[in-house]
Amino acid sequence: MSKVIPDVICPFCGTLCDDIEVEVSDDGKTIIDVYNACAIGAEKFMHAQAKDRVTRPRMQQPDGSYKEVSYDEAVEYTAQMLVNAKKPLMYGWSSTSCEAQGVGHDIAEKVGAIVDNTATVCHGSTLIAVQDVGIPSCTLGEIKNRADRIIFWGCNPTHAHPRHQSRYSIYPRGFFTNKGHKNRKMIVVDPRNTDTAKMADIHYQIEQGRDFELLSAFRVALRNEVLPDFVAGIPKEKIYEGAELMKSGRFGVIFFGMGVTQSLSKNHNIDNAIMLTKDLNEFTKFSIMAMRGHYNVTGSGQVLGWQFGFPFCVDLTRGFARYNPGETSSNDLLRRGEVDAIFVLGSDPGAHFPISSVRKLAELPSVAVDPHITPTTEVSKLHVPVAFVGVEVGGNCYRMDNVPIDARKVVDPPEGVLTDEEFLTRVNKRVSELMEVK
Amino acid sequence: MDTVTLTMKNLPNLYLEADNISPDVFAGKKAQEIAELHVFEGREQFQLGKYFDVSGSPAAAAADTRIVVKGDTTRVKYIGMKMSAGEIMVEGNADMYTGAWMQGGKILVKGNVDAFTGIGMKGGDITIEGDAGNYLGAAYRGDWRGMQGGTIRVKGNAGSDTGYFMNGGEIIIEGDVDVHVATHAEGGRIIIKGNGKSKIGGQMVQGEIIVFGTIDVMMPGFKYIEDVEMEVDGTTANFALYHGDLGERHPKKKGQIMYGKLYQMI
Amino acid sequence: MKMSEYLIKNGFVFDPVLGIKGDKADVAVKDGKIVDASDLSSKAKKIDAAGKTVMAAGVDIHAHVAGPKVNVGRNYRPEDKLFKATPKSGIKRMEGGFSVPTTFRTGYNYARMGYGFVMEAAMPPLYARHVHEEIRDTPIIDEGALPVFGNNWFVLEYLKNGEVENTAAYIAWLLRMTRGFGIKNVNPGGTEAWGWGLNCPTVNDPVPYFDITPAQIIRGLIEANEFLGLPHCMHVHGNSLGEPGNYTVTLDTLKQAEGLSPKGSFGRDQVLHHTHLQFHSYGGDSYASKSFESKSKEIMDYVNSVDNITFDMGCVTLDETTTMTADGPFEHHLTELNHLKWANVDVELETAAGVVPYIYSPKTFIAGAQWAIGLELALFAKDMTKVFVTTDHPNAGPFIRYPRVIKWLMSRKARDDVLDNVLKYGDKVRERCFIGEIDRELSLYEIAMMTRAGPAKALGLAHMFGSLKPGLDGDVVVYPFNPETDDDPEKIEQAFSNCSFLLKSGQLVIDNGEIISSGAKRTLWVDAKVDENPQVMRDVEQKFLKYYSVNLGNYEVTGHHFVPNPYVLEVDATQ
Repeated sequence: MSKVIPDVICPFCGTLCDDIEVEVSDDGKTIIDVYNACAIGAEKFMHAQAKDRVTRPRMQQPDGSYKEVSYDEAVEYTAQMLVNAKKPLMYGWSSTSCEAQGVGHDIAEKVGAIVDNTATVCHGSTLIAVQDVGIPSCTLGEIKNRADRIIFWGCNPTHAHPRHQSRYSIYPRGFFTNKGHKNRKMIVVDPRNTDTAKMADIHYQIEQGRDFELLSAFRVALRNEVLPDFVAGIPKEKIYEGAELMKSGRFGVIFFGMGVTQSLSKNHNIDNAIMLTKDLNEFTKFSIMAMRGHYNVTGSGQVLGWQFGFPFCVDLTRGFARYNPGETSSNDLLRRGEVDAIFVLGSDPGAHFPISSVRKLAELPSVAVDPHITPTTEVSKLHVPVAFVGVEVGGNCYRMDNVPIDARKVVDPPEGVLTDEEFLTRVNKRVSELMEVK
Repeated sequence: MDTVTLTMKNLPNLYLEADNISPDVFAGKKAQEIAELHVFEGREQFQLGKYFDVSGSPAAAAADTRIVVKGDTTRVKYIGMKMSAGEIMVEGNADMYTGAWMQGGKILVKGNVDAFTGIGMKGGDITIEGDAGNYLGAAYRGDWRGMQGGTIRVKGNAGSDTGYFMNGGEIIIEGDVDVHVATHAEGGRIIIKGNGKSKIGGQMVQGEIIVFGTIDVMMPGFKYIEDVEMEVDGTTANFALYHGDLGERHPKKKGQIMYGKLYQMI
Repeated sequence: MKMSEYLIKNGFVFDPVLGIKGDKADVAVKDGKIVDASDLSSKAKKIDAAGKTVMAAGVDIHAHVAGPKVNVGRNYRPEDKLFKATPKSGIKRMEGGFSVPTTFRTGYNYARMGYGFVMEAAMPPLYARHVHEEIRDTPIIDEGALPVFGNNWFVLEYLKNGEVENTAAYIAWLLRMTRGFGIKNVNPGGTEAWGWGLNCPTVNDPVPYFDITPAQIIRGLIEANEFLGLPHCMHVHGNSLGEPGNYTVTLDTLKQAEGLSPKGSFGRDQVLHHTHLQFHSYGGDSYASKSFESKSKEIMDYVNSVDNITFDMGCVTLDETTTMTADGPFEHHLTELNHLKWANVDVELETAAGVVPYIYSPKTFIAGAQWAIGLELALFAKDMTKVFVTTDHPNAGPFIRYPRVIKWLMSRKARDDVLDNVLKYGDKVRERCFIGEIDRELSLYEIAMMTRAGPAKALGLAHMFGSLKPGLDGDVVVYPFNPETDDDPEKIEQAFSNCSFLLKSGQLVIDNGEIISSGAKRTLWVDAKVDENPQVMRDVEQKFLKYYSVNLGNYEVTGHHFVPNPYVLEVDATQ
């Protein structure tokens, strides 16, 4: 016999679909099937069932192999590493719950660490831009109910946020948009002819690295000023046409991703996109929203925000919080050799960071807390496996529009495997003991 | 001027936060007291004397105090932070935040400096004989009030984000600059004697940028107005004047719209 | 919870509920409550309050301290924290932020000011979990949160049809879903109009599509509130906040309360609480000194003539601060004025919020006039238990300025000092506002009404807070201020910023000016039982299915991690 658990939250991406249904065995131990999720989300649930799950911590040996150790030994190694470091980095936090993040912050405050999350290689540029110019935005339901001009700039939701268009942005029939996608006009800005671009009403195949210029050109067009013949490889007529299309809607939105946050100009791209959105509000209602990646990177930014005042790159070394990406950001710290220990939880920098940073990870004392074996765990000195948040343990997460949704547990974790929160709580206790002796 | 000399004797493993290296902090102290001032390496607090030999003595007032820093200081941050008077000379390189939030006095670095040099500068003089890093004379994150006054001169090249949110003062780069010059500026003047790349004057409200060399890609919001002859930092030449950034708002003064001005040498 | 006993001895006590006006008296606390001194054993710890002022802990009826827009304010203003941090020490976590403090600083600073309860002024229901997480992480003080209803699609549709009982059923359901405390009503109708970039400037402008007026929304929400008999009344932020000439809209708003009287058993007298009334008492048609003028007299003439309205000041403190409100169109208007960074979030079916930094510069006429108006409203008030000290934190100024506001209310000299030495256009402010003519100086007893007894009663919490009557919660504060000998107004501000002792729920959290404990804060919420209402439940199901972006099954705030220490006020509204 099996039962179907409704209203399950998918713990993969920032779309944070909460209409997943998971069929589990009666004894609550096995996931039989997943309904409504996209391929990526379904796999997140199903592969938690893998028979070769790592279930106990593994310590790197001098010859590079890994030997199983107990959770107690793992707690001890982690606590000692953090307490003895002069400037430890505690990175990741994006694939775990807010409750776990809070415990991690308590530890970080005690040991004077830097706390950073995956925004540092992702939407950190957005966070910086928001700090410079604000952000007119809305919840995803507003898009569903009102929006008729959808712009995807530097993102490819068909691949990266597969259900975004069907749940929120293009297809849904909302209160004021009862013709669904027939009510809507779609603009895509992307140097590539992606699967998303193929469905656009207008595709601006922009010259790479010139998003800042094209955004500026749209703002010039809105002010009826003169433009050069071509901007970013786009003829000026198409720019004026695009500006008119944006103005003519009742409610527009710009969704954006790595195409602009991690290409030339970075935060300046987002800054100008936000300013374009603000300018469009002179003519009609317009909003802008970041397509957040990890399912709880947004939550990490929120918890860091209310506890320390900054959403990422938080330096606690001097007993109070300081912030300056470029100095306190993980890759700059690693590149410059500014940290002497690394603790990773809920992310895979071994896969996402530049190789020069990963080399540092491999050289320094390091702990990786992750249910999987990953490029990060394989260069860390200690790998601590934990339960999958949103599958084997619940916990609060924040969607890309900052809406908090409490993820559920659908099955038990493998026998004896701790959750992030449990592991961190033990580390916190041990850190307190060690700090007292110091 | 009375001089205190700091000679690096013990390189830090990580980086040093030396916000106490400032004429304002040293003034009126004995060499021994100066050696006991704190520096931070990571979260640990040490004494300045652990890393530097301290010789000489300061004056009673910051304005009459000179600090010379010798040795390999590539990893020393915050030299001259918030200083209001006096002089600092760094014989080697300095790291980030050199002259951060400076209010007055003079800093000379014979080597290179890293990012955030002169961040939030209100007054004073910074001269870098080598290269400068990113965010030279920029505002602190989130603050729309950037550099207010003072002068920064870099003999070498500068990085990206020079003069971010600049409100006043002057920055002179004798070499080349990377992308993003005077982004969001509402005042101030930036002179680039070498070449620029792109994103020069993006989102500029007011202020002046003068480029002697080439610009790879002009911002679309800059409109050619006319040629002018000008004397700039000792050079007289003809420049093409552009008004911009036309994608941005611009205030009116006595009925006239106040644009940002970009001059490029012809 | 330690079963501790305390005897606070020899202080000058001010308690408007017991009628104690500065007499020397002892206050006894045992097992978390105020008791008679005779109930204490010899083991009671003695706190020496000789030469000091003793009051019940403060009650703040309206501050934006927890939730998504507050956090936007924090995350998007690194410069609000630069050089303003307090390092961690002892049991205290590190603290940051001037106008938008971190949650730890929020709790500690309220405690330092001797406050015991703060009401989070506006909770967007879809984001309720976020509000509760921040409340959980705010140490020491008890808190509650008011969900916003004035632009909610269910409310707009039910009230359009005059369906008060359905409105009440929906409200009761939403209070439970969000663990909310009462009815907040911000820019009624206008914030839904803002979903299209529009607004409702007067109480008679209908909401696009929903075709209901702000007046109908206000009146309907009052009726629903009284139908339920909730502890607090309808709490309104009226239309056209901040606009010159808006006092007429304010009077129209206040008049919606006419003829209505409070129901329920929580003891409040009012059916309408108007928040930050300062922003709504403007005359003239521009901010220039030749046009702008204070209408505090007109407003207070009306408020003083009725007995079913309360208000809080929203006093401007002349600081650089951060505005944040559910009045989306107002925030857009503000950024168009000062060109500073603007954040906005429209929330599906429910509300919106906007955030913009603002500098109330003493070099401008208008900031001086706004400062004056806030104080005038209080100084013209007849019943000081109906007017409360707030700065609409952080909109008119940070809450740490409450002691400064108290100083201004208590000292004509301190006000003249501002007019003559701080404001650049003090003379113009004297011309266009009334502040220069007002001699009145409030007493500590009246301040206790405005910061303790009054707000506690207005919230329906007089059975817990606001007085030192035996049986009430052991929330007691000792300020280092001697009412007999301290006559320097600066001393008022200093003393009320840093209390000597604070007992919260009978636990000593501040000892000799030092925070020694994080206490055991509670989240207060209201559980109102109504008759089963299948229509409302069906409407809820339908709207979640068709229009919300989350499932109904994921809407309710459940889980210990959100509200670990709840205090539930039960209301029986079954017919």
